[in-house]
Amino acid sequence: MLATSPPAAGAAPDLLALIGFSKSFAGFTALDRVDFTLKVGEIHALLGENGAGKSTLIKAMTGVVARDAGTMRLDGIEIAPRSAEEAVRAGIATVYQEVNLAPNLSVAQNLFLGRQPTRFGLVREGEMRRRARALLAEFGLSIDIAAPLESYSVAIQHIIAIARAVDQSARVLILDEPTASLDAQEVEVLFAVMRQLKARGIGIVFVTHFLDQVYAICDRITVLRNGRLAGSAPVADLPRLDLVRLMLGRELSAATGRRPPHEARAPSTAVAAFRGLGKTGYVVPFDLTLRAGHVVGLAGLLGSGRTETVRLVFGAERADCGAAQVAGQKASIGSPREAMALGFGYCPEERKTEGIVAELTVRENIVLALQARRGALAPLSRREQDAIAAKFIRLLDIRPPDPERPIGLLSGGNQQKALLARWLATAPQLLILDEPTRGIDVGAHAEIIKLIRDLCAEGMALLVVSSELDELVTYADEVIVLRERAHVARLTGAQVEVPAILAAIAEVPSSASPPVRAA
Amino acid sequence: MIRSLSRLTPVLATLAVFLAGFIACSLVYPNFASLRVVMNLLTDNAFLAIVAVGMTFVIISGGIDLSVGSVIGFTTVFLALAIERWGVPPLMAFVLILVICAAFGAAMGAIIQYFELPAFIVTLAGMFLARGVSFLLSTESIPITADLYAHLSEHAFRFEGGSRLTVPAMIMIAVVLAGMVLLHLTRFGANVYALGGSRQATALMGINVARTTVLIYTLSSVLAGLAGIVFSLYTSSGYSLSAVGVELDAIAAVVIGGTLLSGGYGFIFGSFLGVMIQGLIQTYISFDGMLSSWWAKIATGLLLFAFIAFQQFTLHLARRSRRAPAGVHP
Ligand SMILES: Nc1ncnc2c1ncn2[C@@H]1O[C@H](COP(=O)(O)OP(=O)(O)OP(=O)(O)O)[C@@H](O)[C@H]1O
Ligand SMILES: [Mg+2]
Repeated sequence: MLATSPPAAGAAPDLLALIGFSKSFAGFTALDRVDFTLKVGEIHALLGENGAGKSTLIKAMTGVVARDAGTMRLDGIEIAPRSAEEAVRAGIATVYQEVNLAPNLSVAQNLFLGRQPTRFGLVREGEMRRRARALLAEFGLSIDIAAPLESYSVAIQHIIAIARAVDQSARVLILDEPTASLDAQEVEVLFAVMRQLKARGIGIVFVTHFLDQVYAICDRITVLRNGRLAGSAPVADLPRLDLVRLMLGRELSAATGRRPPHEARAPSTAVAAFRGLGKTGYVVPFDLTLRAGHVVGLAGLLGSGRTETVRLVFGAERADCGAAQVAGQKASIGSPREAMALGFGYCPEERKTEGIVAELTVRENIVLALQARRGALAPLSRREQDAIAAKFIRLLDIRPPDPERPIGLLSGGNQQKALLARWLATAPQLLILDEPTRGIDVGAHAEIIKLIRDLCAEGMALLVVSSELDELVTYADEVIVLRERAHVARLTGAQVEVPAILAAIAEVPSSASPPVRAA
Repeated sequence: MIRSLSRLTPVLATLAVFLAGFIACSLVYPNFASLRVVMNLLTDNAFLAIVAVGMTFVIISGGIDLSVGSVIGFTTVFLALAIERWGVPPLMAFVLILVICAAFGAAMGAIIQYFELPAFIVTLAGMFLARGVSFLLSTESIPITADLYAHLSEHAFRFEGGSRLTVPAMIMIAVVLAGMVLLHLTRFGANVYALGGSRQATALMGINVARTTVLIYTLSSVLAGLAGIVFSLYTSSGYSLSAVGVELDAIAAVVIGGTLLSGGYGFIFGSFLGVMIQGLIQTYISFDGMLSSWWAKIATGLLLFAFIAFQQFTLHLARRSRRAPAGVHP
């Protein structure tokens, strides 16, 4: 184990120091005497597996969760915020892992809620909008700020949450998985902003499961494992393999290699085929064939039409042109229910906000879709439910492995695993996965990729949206590249390589016009 | 612009219904379309509009306040006793009752917040409590004969043709305007909407949710107290059975005015229109002279159904059209 290295002479002074943070939930120890130090102008990665206690540490720091023990000093002065409000007043701004904006308020109100510019007690709407525009411009975002937040995608909502926190951060900025729904390009924008803040002497705590990002921007790493401090060191002293070992407490199981070479297989039967499917102003009509035992990947930048494509396929959005054939029969897919009846399953990208039923147990959440498909008249017996839950808890390594725990009490990453399990449990003929590994730790990444391959070998057809090109090429038989809401390239066989995909994504856009936006 | 119009659709619909109703009534009864009818509408429904303003805040924040009717009843009894029996000067009594109501509302808000109880239960308890206490104070109707009362009912803005803008109506208009400013133009108002959008997120955004909640219920109770004062001016008496069921009229007005019962969306002006529509139905019935006043309830019920269906429909449309995502500039 790595010990906290003693402060080097002449190093930046401590900005924030936590000593002996402990927290248990009803007998379960989520944090056990954790120490953490953040220096002035430092970007500090807080890492660990799903459920290691990262979010809990952050919430204990900002007073959202009452800690059992521990003291905290900001600039050498002891503070003990008891709510997010007090933390902000002390100079600590936070983007929490869960959505933390009001969906019904306008973008501008969300950015400035509680700190709107006022005159004689009245909000200066014009001034607020002007500032909101300026703030979002720093993040390269030009959207209608008077529109309600809920009219934007999760990624944009996340940028807005980050912008709010950045604007509030006087001394410390805490970002809990800010990049989980962002694209490479937006991550770059975020990093640029983080570097500016760093130069101003603000300390940043950065939680992520993308190790590349850690090495790209962080100065120091602190690793938690099972609620304990596993180690803390400068980035330079902790190469990737050591870091992974420190996080997992074991070696990473392999399985991330390239998929076995493509044999010239006889083209398997088409599970579903779409001709000229599209919707005006949503996605340009496209053709798509999904075959048993095949994985089709969708690649492209955020807003390029990947999620839109799968929503059309699943009937979550009604196409206004095109035809579908399922198992050789002409089919019309007008709603998700019809799609499910045809044997489709769809695990959406927004599962974090939309999918979970927080009060239900892990088991109940896992069997939900399967039960819905069987109908109320054919209930799953408790034994079957237990068996299914146990299987997926093991397969996806959901922690803690307790099927009877309300899912809302699981860590963010473990909730996502359970939602993935929900759709896997339905054993569909065609499974659509939108960003299946987002928010999931390195250890479980490998498990999920392995699972995708196994499903494929069992003859399931898969349609996967992913921004993790390195991963996509390890399991995809075919990759479709999207740009500006159109399918622009189709790579098969040996063409499925990261450089080829990148080239297709980056090809100079036909026009430099601003992106499509809702009217 | 188009978008802000679409947010206003429910209010515009309510306005359309009110105008259509008014025109229809005027066609049936030619002397309906007069300033006098309008002024009476304002006076007769002043107390209801005042509580509806408070109720709008509560409902937008995702809560409900069932205690307002009882608070009005309690206020009238308290005022009658204080002025007539205990010899408290009327203005002093007004201040006293508003302070009592504020404390009552703050207590309900604090219980909802700190014990994490549903507003429905807490304010239901508040409703029984306030009604019970007013019975305890007196079970009879007590006339109020103070000079101020006689004076205030004389005091009015007179128009030609004998129609009058009375003090209760003036108070009500002031409350509606102040409510609009508070809800739409202040930080507090934005926090109220945020609470209705997501309580948890609002707390994480660093808003003092406890303070906001307590303030919302305090405001509702204070406005109920003010409505009670207006009610006692209007009837010149105090009676423990007055204003029974007014909380439901207020909720109906708020919903007819386009506020979502689940919170997060709504406008004060809509609630005002909702009250006026109910008043219009009542006036029509009194013009008719033959119809039972229960028809007012039936008409209100039907209207509620229609408006809730309409809301669900527009919400559905809005959700559908809204799915198209936005893009990012490099
Ligand atoms: N309110 C709660 N009640 C009970 N247990 C909880 C509660 N909140 C968190 N936990 C537990 O504490 C542990 C740590 O959770 P935490 O959310 O801090 O993990 P994390 O490191 O942020 O993981 P992830 O990467 O998945 O977000 C988990 O096992 C979780 O189940
Ligand atoms: Mg977390």
